[in-house]
Amino acid sequence: MSFLPYAVAAWLFVIGLYGIVTSRNLVHLIVCLSVVQSSTYVLLLAVGYRTNATAPIFADISTSRSVVDPIVATLTLTDVVVEATVVALLLALAVQAHRRFGTLDPNEMGALRG
Amino acid sequence: MSERLRLTVFAAGVVGFGAVLVWGLAGLPSFGDFDGRYGQYLAHAAVPERHATSAVAVTTLDFRGFDTLIEEFILFTAAVGVVVLLRVQRAGEEVPAEPDAVRQPTAHSGSLRSVITALVGPFLLLGLAIVVHGHLTPGGGFQGGVILMAALFLVYLGGTHMRLGPFRPLAATEASEGVGAAGFALIGLGGIVVAGAYLENFLPFGRVSNLVSGGDIPLLNIAVGLEVMGALLVVLGEFLDQRLLMRKGRL
Repeated sequence: MSFLPYAVAAWLFVIGLYGIVTSRNLVHLIVCLSVVQSSTYVLLLAVGYRTNATAPIFADISTSRSVVDPIVATLTLTDVVVEATVVALLLALAVQAHRRFGTLDPNEMGALRG
Repeated sequence: MSERLRLTVFAAGVVGFGAVLVWGLAGLPSFGDFDGRYGQYLAHAAVPERHATSAVAVTTLDFRGFDTLIEEFILFTAAVGVVVLLRVQRAGEEVPAEPDAVRQPTAHSGSLRSVITALVGPFLLLGLAIVVHGHLTPGGGFQGGVILMAALFLVYLGGTHMRLGPFRPLAATEASEGVGAAGFALIGLGGIVVAGAYLENFLPFGRVSNLVSGGDIPLLNIAVGLEVMGALLVVLGEFLDQRLLMRKGRL
């Protein structure tokens, strides 16, 4: 099953997009966006995995042990931080949208605009 | 756009996207067969070159240290963005950034409050341990900073208030955020002054797997931890203020 992690990443991406497209609430939409983004974590970590390798932490293993790629791990860390900031900013925008339109439903916001 | 039309457009897009995605994924190495020379080189250089056992921490804070500096500033900017977006509507209202009045407890449950209060200490300790051991074991400033934020946030969730006198929590969190962001940049500048290049290590390495080892990496972890804790607390504080405004019927 060597393709399974990639399939999970693709599935997360698509199901998150589906949630965004059909969303009736901005907060739900933002959570769906974070699901889309979480597919990139799975993809990054899956790319860096090596069979029979362990985590690149040499606290209790020999430095000659085969380890998984540390670069994708740091990229994932960056990814998580960026996601947290994006979600925070979008939630702040959702608060402002609710204040202006009195609703969190994206469809009704369009209706109000005429 | 009607719901049906929207789904049709989405389905067409997903089919196209799926085809390109499968094509792209097919070109990737099979799961487990990845042979990234660069990553392997960095992983095995971490202990001999930096005397730090967490290759991820070394990659984040040394080999990719400059990227992490920018990443910290992204977090800083986003926190400022949230403050700007949410604080503007408080302008002209009599609700201050920090209410002077004693906050009413959110729950009148003594046991809930004692459990939450009892958890604050262990959470703080765990967060600190994760931050200062970042160069040895999995963890570091980003992860530990989130736990530290949770520890301080528990105080709020407990619904109890503390007489802090002249100490203002909001100012303290903003200061923590600023000190963390500036600390990282200043440690980098120290590298220019002492060692000749930005973020170049200028501290003694110490013995491998000691708590004080790895040169400037533990200091960078602490700076990141302060920044993450401060930024998240500022963001959470702003969102909680919104709730306060809503309760007052102003939203």
